[in-house]
Amino acid sequence: MDHISPVLWQFLEKWLERFALFPPEASTVAPQSDALFFFMVLVSLIGLTIVVLLIVAFSILYSKKRHPQAVQIEGSTILEATWTIIPLGLFLVMFVWGALLYFRIYTPPANALNIYVVGKQWMWKAEHPGGQHEINMLHVPVGRPIQITLISQDVFHSFSIPAFRVKREAIPGRYTTVWFEATRTGTFHLFCTQYCGTNHSQMIGDVIVMTPDDYKKWLESSTSGNSLAQDGERLFTSLSCGACHNARPDARGPSLAGVYNARLTLSSGQAITADDAYLREAILNPSEHITQGYAPIMPTYQGQISEEGVIALVEYIKNLDSDYRVQQTLNTTELAPNIEEKAAPAAKAPAAQEGVNP
Amino acid sequence: MPDSTTITHDGQALSNSANSAHGEHPPYQRHHFETVDQQFDATNFAMWLFLLTEVMFFGGLFTAYLIMRNWYYPAFVEGSHQLSIFWGTANTAVLIASSFTMAMAVWSAEVRRKGALLLFLSLTLVFGFVFLGIKGIEWHEKWEKHHVPGMNFSVQAFVNPQSDPEVYKEYQDKPLAPDMAQKTEEYFFLYFAMTGMHALHMVIGAGILVFMIFRARAGAYTTGHVTFVENFGLYWHFVDIIWIYLFALLYLISRH
Amino acid sequence: MSAATIVSLPDQSTARIPKMNFLTRENGLLSWLLTSDHKRIATLYLISITFFFFIGGALAGLIRLELLTPQTSLMAADTYNKVFTMHGVIMVFLFLVPSVPATIGNFFIPMMIGAKDLALPKINLLSWYLYVGAGIMMIYTMAAGGVDTGWTFTTPLSTHYLNTHVISTGLAIFVAGFSSIFTGLNFIVTIHKMRVPGMTWFRLPLFVWSNYAASILMVLGTPVLAITLVLVVLERTMHIGVFDPAYGGDPLLFQHLFWFYSHPAVYIMILPGMGVISEVVSTFSRKRVFGYTAVAFSSVAIAVFGFFVWAHHMFIMGISNYAALIFSLLTMLVAVPSAIKIFNWTFTLYKGSITFETPMLYAFGFMGLFTIGGLTGVFLGTTGTDIHLTETYFIVAHFHFVMVGGMLMAFLSGIHFWWPKWTGRMYPEKISQFAAVVTFIGFNFTFFPQFILGMLGMPRRYAAYPPEFQALNVFSTAGATILGVGYLLPILYLTWSLKYGAVAGDNPWQATGLEWQTQSPPLTENFLETPIMDHEAYDYEWLEKQNIARQQQKEVASAG
Repeated sequence: MDHISPVLWQFLEKWLERFALFPPEASTVAPQSDALFFFMVLVSLIGLTIVVLLIVAFSILYSKKRHPQAVQIEGSTILEATWTIIPLGLFLVMFVWGALLYFRIYTPPANALNIYVVGKQWMWKAEHPGGQHEINMLHVPVGRPIQITLISQDVFHSFSIPAFRVKREAIPGRYTTVWFEATRTGTFHLFCTQYCGTNHSQMIGDVIVMTPDDYKKWLESSTSGNSLAQDGERLFTSLSCGACHNARPDARGPSLAGVYNARLTLSSGQAITADDAYLREAILNPSEHITQGYAPIMPTYQGQISEEGVIALVEYIKNLDSDYRVQQTLNTTELAPNIEEKAAPAAKAPAAQEGVNP
Repeated sequence: MPDSTTITHDGQALSNSANSAHGEHPPYQRHHFETVDQQFDATNFAMWLFLLTEVMFFGGLFTAYLIMRNWYYPAFVEGSHQLSIFWGTANTAVLIASSFTMAMAVWSAEVRRKGALLLFLSLTLVFGFVFLGIKGIEWHEKWEKHHVPGMNFSVQAFVNPQSDPEVYKEYQDKPLAPDMAQKTEEYFFLYFAMTGMHALHMVIGAGILVFMIFRARAGAYTTGHVTFVENFGLYWHFVDIIWIYLFALLYLISRH
Repeated sequence: MSAATIVSLPDQSTARIPKMNFLTRENGLLSWLLTSDHKRIATLYLISITFFFFIGGALAGLIRLELLTPQTSLMAADTYNKVFTMHGVIMVFLFLVPSVPATIGNFFIPMMIGAKDLALPKINLLSWYLYVGAGIMMIYTMAAGGVDTGWTFTTPLSTHYLNTHVISTGLAIFVAGFSSIFTGLNFIVTIHKMRVPGMTWFRLPLFVWSNYAASILMVLGTPVLAITLVLVVLERTMHIGVFDPAYGGDPLLFQHLFWFYSHPAVYIMILPGMGVISEVVSTFSRKRVFGYTAVAFSSVAIAVFGFFVWAHHMFIMGISNYAALIFSLLTMLVAVPSAIKIFNWTFTLYKGSITFETPMLYAFGFMGLFTIGGLTGVFLGTTGTDIHLTETYFIVAHFHFVMVGGMLMAFLSGIHFWWPKWTGRMYPEKISQFAAVVTFIGFNFTFFPQFILGMLGMPRRYAAYPPEFQALNVFSTAGATILGVGYLLPILYLTWSLKYGAVAGDNPWQATGLEWQTQSPPLTENFLETPIMDHEAYDYEWLEKQNIARQQQKEVASAG
């Protein structure tokens, strides 16, 4: 780490990077990853040198010309113990160090800014909460923890930013997350590293790290007008989720205000935290995720909403802290508590809401 | 030891064992074995080892089954209610009977009774065919009810159990939510994969039984060489045991 | 006998290949195709796997040619995807898995334990036919347009998103898997039941121990691959299965099932090679292997531990952090026995009497390159660094170091070592030493740059790549050309040696194994009289006494 000797470290790393033998260190975790890597390189070099030196030395000293009569040796328990325990000890050190690093990379800090990324054949679609959508590019601010919530629309992909030393598989069917904090501005490679078909090698892009001011400017200039949560609200209304999910006393589903990260008891008795994964599953496979006290009547939306749509809904629910707008919608459309009549009233709903672009 | 390059041979079969001239061992002993016991020992061990590979083979299916059942228990329960306990039990009884006749066949070979051997091998084969026949009936029924995955699979019976009066009368199942009902297709996929793989093993077993009946008629197994019958018996019992697990796991989910 | 070599050949002016041997016993195509002689089956295997090795190698050549340029220049991306998939499938299933066991193992395990054949000779022949069947299906697949799933068949890509020949490839591998299972089964039964009197477990050559351990893996692991492929084929045909999340299945289930076999598979591939190294290092140092018991047990330890580490291929796939920890810890444990072997082989050289014939050169190459390959495995088994290095060229370099720098070198070492016994003829020493050195140099030029490419982040299975990676790729391709020469030369001179090589005699290396105490090539029954094992393994003093006794007999015979 930098504690070892900042000068030596800078020299080694910068020199390697300059000669294109090493990727740039552009995140907080990169030096930590590299420190462990260099430690392992060092241990490996020493190990290899020992083995090679011994082989060369023995080959010379005990070649047939110099040593015509071999001495039969059974073995040596001490040596066996030595070369069992020392490698094991070194490997265990690497294991522990690596485990700490692994947990660090896959445990996002609580204050991370969350960006959704959907992988599909053959592009990366980034969805910022403010409604900015990018394809094969990711703009992020420097010096802030960023969490990436990944999912795949089709097959396995893998989201890799070598300069940050992070990588995570994008799996169809559930969210995976990874986080990073960029430490320098610039443009860095973004790769898909899990073979995903014909254009796997075209599924590359750029991560553009900007200063906070530049980032703000970019956010303002690239938004489509709706934040992700607003997109989610439109979906929520068009699918008439509010018909059941409202705070009325006779509601057939639980109100979703404030449900994000709340502790819920399911009808099976199991207690869970309503995180992103739960919310997604509850939309697509509701019958196993029914809150206690409610009937299992929610239809599934599997196949009706794309992963981007689910992300928008999840983002909407995450930011939902009151039932007010849901009530407004219901009041305006005068929905009867009957599922079949949803279709017509839903068309009226958008007009009743303020500040929403058609 | 003399330098072997100076030895000449005439290309005749060599008597190579230091202890026996050709002909001192039973005709069914293969030449690479020193004694009959070694031959029996080795081939028996080989069959047990082969059955171990079969356990690992079916193990993959059982693993998939256990995970899916854990995730989608309600779907598995209602899917399982679609199977006929009557036919399943009948098949279990048939296979256990066939294992008995197979064991009797092994005994017959050991006591060198050709007639009994032929009888028991034939009975085992008959039972095998009965099993396969019943399996065919069950599968056909699934086909008729549109419960074959990937071929117009219908979840009607699970979303609305009352649309299937026979099954409803017995179990009074509650309707499944659509997404859980859709998971019954997974149950049936595993049902067909597991019973299909089992049936394939039975067909192979039946084929070998036919072969054995012909050989038994020629007296191959009643002159002391029981290895083949005995090892096949092991295989047949194994197929029976697999069925018993399948019966319990596929037919008897949450039956009281 | 010169001081620089241990080769002890009979007088070439009078020596002849023995007229009666397993090759001349019967003639005609049917005598080969219906043989139950393990030596003939081994020969059939040697020819077939060499054939498939060169197909796989040609595909590798195409890969390296394409990667000379950052863009897709030589072939479309789809074609490239098919090329690397077929390269992987053929090399893993049709070359590496059967390489040493089906050739050297088949030929020499019975001889090493003093037996006349394997326990189940007809099953052995069946194994070969299954292998050939698998090979034909693979050729059909290639002719029909190939498959582009990658050798790892990741679902749901392979089940629902590709319209190439996944089913025929899956079935081909299924058949090849059963070939492997039957070979392993045969070895286990043979080693348990067919050892001659006096051949206790701890007098067995270490080659037998290694193949025994590999056979356990073959027998227990391969069936899981078989059923996984069946499930993939079913899912493709019925469009419903347990691996598709749209139906409630789990793509990670495939990963677990696939790697449950495919990790032990890498130990199936390397353990027999390690067995070869034990024999070669011992013979060319004229010494018993240092720490025989440790090396024997380490083979079994690798086999046992090897079953418990599969998810280290899945660290970034969303398995729980705690699961990742457990698998990482177990991976560290499985790395230790390999280290033990390397040190034991190194210390076998200590106070030995070393010569540098070709098998020994390949063995040295193995020891160095396998050390590098194995250590980089630890880089990958460490969860934190695996995140950066996985799915890049670092992985490609790692497994080529252990498989090509390790296993293939061991295979070549073994082929050269046992060639005199197999064919009765010596290979030409100078050119083969040259080929060994060329291979070593070419190998390092090809694959070492790939470690750097991996660290830089270049992903694997990319037909096109960012231009800054080009220099290292060109370097790697240049190395591959040299490597290709190194592999071509043995084919040429070994074939040449069949007619023109020096007559080898019984024991040109003065080695101690039972297989060296009979004629070259061996009789069909292997031994004239069943040997009794009355000495320890690698007992060079016993060999001395044998030679003296034989010399005295000769003198008595010529005097009387």
